[in-house]
Amino acid sequence: MGKAEEITLSIQALRSGDRAEYARLVDAYYQLVYRLALKMLGNPQDAEDILQETFIKVFRNIDKFDGRSSLSTWIYRIATNEALMFLRKKHPELVSIDQPTETEEGEQEPLQIVDWCCLPESELMSAEAKAHLDEAVMRLPLRLRAVFVLRDIQGLSTRESSEVLDISEMAVKTRLSRARLRLREELSDYFGDRLGERKSLL
Amino acid sequence: MSHEQCRYLLGSLSEYIDGKLDESICQEIEQHMAGCENCRVVIDTLRKTVSLYHEEALHTQTPEDVRQRLYKRLKLEDFLLSKKP
Repeated sequence: MGKAEEITLSIQALRSGDRAEYARLVDAYYQLVYRLALKMLGNPQDAEDILQETFIKVFRNIDKFDGRSSLSTWIYRIATNEALMFLRKKHPELVSIDQPTETEEGEQEPLQIVDWCCLPESELMSAEAKAHLDEAVMRLPLRLRAVFVLRDIQGLSTRESSEVLDISEMAVKTRLSRARLRLREELSDYFGDRLGERKSLL
Repeated sequence: MSHEQCRYLLGSLSEYIDGKLDESICQEIEQHMAGCENCRVVIDTLRKTVSLYHEEALHTQTPEDVRQRLYKRLKLEDFLLSKKP
């Protein structure tokens, strides 16, 4: 799970309130937690709040860490729950929209059939394109968004993601597939237009 | 994407691009793709979509002022100085 997994932290030292060990923990995980929060919430100020709340909870609850999952999975679980709780509190009106029935949340049938893979890197990774990528994630229903962020942005495995979200590995795979197909559709819409603009210039 | 087989394969494409599918289903997808330009485009753009998000994630860094406020909130600011910028 990235470089944070490589460092070994002493749970015993953390439990006894060793501040230097806490600082090592924060140093190892703050980037991961901030990125998770930013991609889940889409707003730097909210992401910072979640970042702080996550570590406060980690410190407060370290006694409850039982070692059944890895420390990083446990931290991810706290951060993800903080982000989801925040979103539900801030946008209660989203909850009904974000919990569609299985059929409504089915596989996105591909409508956009444009091969935009050939666009140059400068176009694919422009500031505008990146903003569009982020906005597309924010339009995903929460249950798809959480899986997509854990798997494709944070790079967690299917098993790790299922532990963090407390859902089956099959549910992770299904939601990831749906999230990716929806995002492909949105990106095809956007990059298809860019491709059209380039062709009209030639 | 109106063919029955395209629909049938759609749910497998995500695992296909991760290289996590059984050989037999991969062969089925590849055989289908050879004769179905639409599916080839969908698979290529799906793969590209995922790789763009991977790439973008690598560039997302925590701003230094955010890191500093975090350490202060946690009363760990004395460990800020000894650490990397």
